[in-house]
Amino acid sequence: MGKNIIEKVWEQHVVHREAGKPDLLYIDLHLIHEVTSPQAFEGLRLAGRKVRRTDLCFATMDHNVPTKNLPTINDPIAKKQIMTLAENAVEFGIELADIGHPDQGIVHVIGPELGLTQPGKTIVCGDSHTATHGAFGAIAFGIGTSEVEHVLSTQTLWQIKPPTMEIRVNGDLGIGVTAKDIILAIIAKWGIGIGTGHIVEYTGEAIRKLSMEERMTICNMSIEAGAKAGLISPDETTVEFLRGRRHVPQGEQFEEAAKYWLSLASDTDATYDVMLEIDAANIEPIVTWGTNPAMGVGVSKTVPTAADYDNEADKSALDKALEYMDLQAGQKITDIEIQHVFIGSCTNSRITDLRAAAEIVEGHTIAAGVTGIVVPGSWSTKAQAEKEGLHTIFLEAGFEWRESGCSACLGMNEDVIPSGERCASTSNRNFEGRQGAGARTHLVSPEMAAAAAIHGRFVDVRQLQKQEA
Amino acid sequence: MEPINIVNSVYAPLDRKNVDTDQIISKEFLKRIERTGFGQFVFYHWRFDKEGNPVEDFVLNKPQYNGAEILVAQDNFGCGSSREHAPWAILDYGFRVVIAPSFADIFYNNCFKNGILPIKLTEAECDELLEKGLAKAQAIEVNLKAQTVTTGYGQTYAFPIDPYYKEMLLNGWDEISLTIKYEDQIAAYEKSRIAY
Repeated sequence: MGKNIIEKVWEQHVVHREAGKPDLLYIDLHLIHEVTSPQAFEGLRLAGRKVRRTDLCFATMDHNVPTKNLPTINDPIAKKQIMTLAENAVEFGIELADIGHPDQGIVHVIGPELGLTQPGKTIVCGDSHTATHGAFGAIAFGIGTSEVEHVLSTQTLWQIKPPTMEIRVNGDLGIGVTAKDIILAIIAKWGIGIGTGHIVEYTGEAIRKLSMEERMTICNMSIEAGAKAGLISPDETTVEFLRGRRHVPQGEQFEEAAKYWLSLASDTDATYDVMLEIDAANIEPIVTWGTNPAMGVGVSKTVPTAADYDNEADKSALDKALEYMDLQAGQKITDIEIQHVFIGSCTNSRITDLRAAAEIVEGHTIAAGVTGIVVPGSWSTKAQAEKEGLHTIFLEAGFEWRESGCSACLGMNEDVIPSGERCASTSNRNFEGRQGAGARTHLVSPEMAAAAAIHGRFVDVRQLQKQEA
Repeated sequence: MEPINIVNSVYAPLDRKNVDTDQIISKEFLKRIERTGFGQFVFYHWRFDKEGNPVEDFVLNKPQYNGAEILVAQDNFGCGSSREHAPWAILDYGFRVVIAPSFADIFYNNCFKNGILPIKLTEAECDELLEKGLAKAQAIEVNLKAQTVTTGYGQTYAFPIDPYYKEMLLNGWDEISLTIKYEDQIAAYEKSRIAY
């Protein structure tokens, strides 16, 4: 019987296995940012411990960093947290892409850009969106700060081997439907707990046809389905994305690495503990209407009503969500007006996302009363976008063009959505208060966010594209 | 880490599912560089209104649940962000035990590193605890060694827990010092690992 990639990569990283204990798993890459690391470094200092493999660590600042008027940081507590990472990186000997460094950016954007992210690796970071790196066929998952300290000190983690799940996306996506809509549709269909305790492999025709950036968008939101990690078997698309990047082998050694990477792909007769299937052709652009990522529907639909749910707990969750979001049951999605548009985050801030949004925006201006910001995922993404003139398209349309960082995805810096206002956001979470206390978040693709900016309300990007064709 | 075995306390019934870590500890409180002092901010936007006044009908603001060391909630507790600030805040506020039908993975893991016992009971058992606890504040006894929760209304519920994590909590062990004992194996692994 064949093996799936999850089993192959996991088994290769077991340092120690004994009955009654989790596996002791080796970690190949540890990504570090300013918010979840200070207490871990402090723990090492207090115990007199060192970082075991500084060469397998890479740090950057992203959550707190301002996206305008750099290098000034107005918030003194944020500044202290950022300075603390810089000091810890020096003290413990870890490579850091500091603010202003050409490699700086959202940790899940720069890992792949620099070629640090590779198939077959185990990758961790004190951030739940670490599954992004799974797009390359790595087992990548988010950890807490105690585990950050454990990896710094031992380069290992105790982990119970999770069951596996296949989510197969059959067929072809329609025009105007994106990777973001695939993952939002998966979560809307099966709920935010469907993946809990599992590592998911995304398979199927629709997945194979996606670019690496699109695959990252899907794997990124695995945690929104509750999964420990999500990944995609490597193929030629993976290999070509990595070729020539700074941290991958070069020349003949690259071909050797590529051969090894491709061998990790799931065998054709591989099985999984759970198998789910969805048809790409049935997916339409999704807009979330509620306060968790499963509360989403197709743009042509309406906000659900109590009649759509069987049990009392779900009806009560619907009421609470509609009250927070200030929406009416049964309201048309395309009647929802927005005041803010955020294009950015580790889900959708890569060059292809910016190109897709710019294509919708080009030649238009954003609606009166709407504020739009575009926050590229990294300095390198920003430079590329500027080389292509994308920034001019956004600026001429009335968007603000910012420096890279996590920004309004979680509003730890000054990029906060005001209370009671509504944001079409390309980020990953629509929890209460996520983008600011009282702020109302609607998760969408970059194309849908761009279209909402122009019209001041949600529009079906497929209709838009038809009109212009 | 403080060992944990028996906790006998009133429990706070938080009748919600999918309680995410953004609600447990909001992003504006994540900038501290210490592990302590987060308790004052736990469930901040549910506990306090926009003016900073306590929201009277939120469970933690009701006097009958004062001093509760046990929190009971619905499905998928601790979903979302990996922030360990969430268990730090829960512990710092005074909770040692969280009971729910299911937990999100990272939050569940984080509990064991901080001396918090996360207990999975069935949905029916949690519903009963929530219903009785909302009607009238009452104490229950959690016994980790025996893996039981004993209610004041004559029920004893058994709960599952991984034996490794159980030992960690009972002994208050620091995981890193345990792992360091495997140094030879880690070093041997490093010599043979595939790395590009």
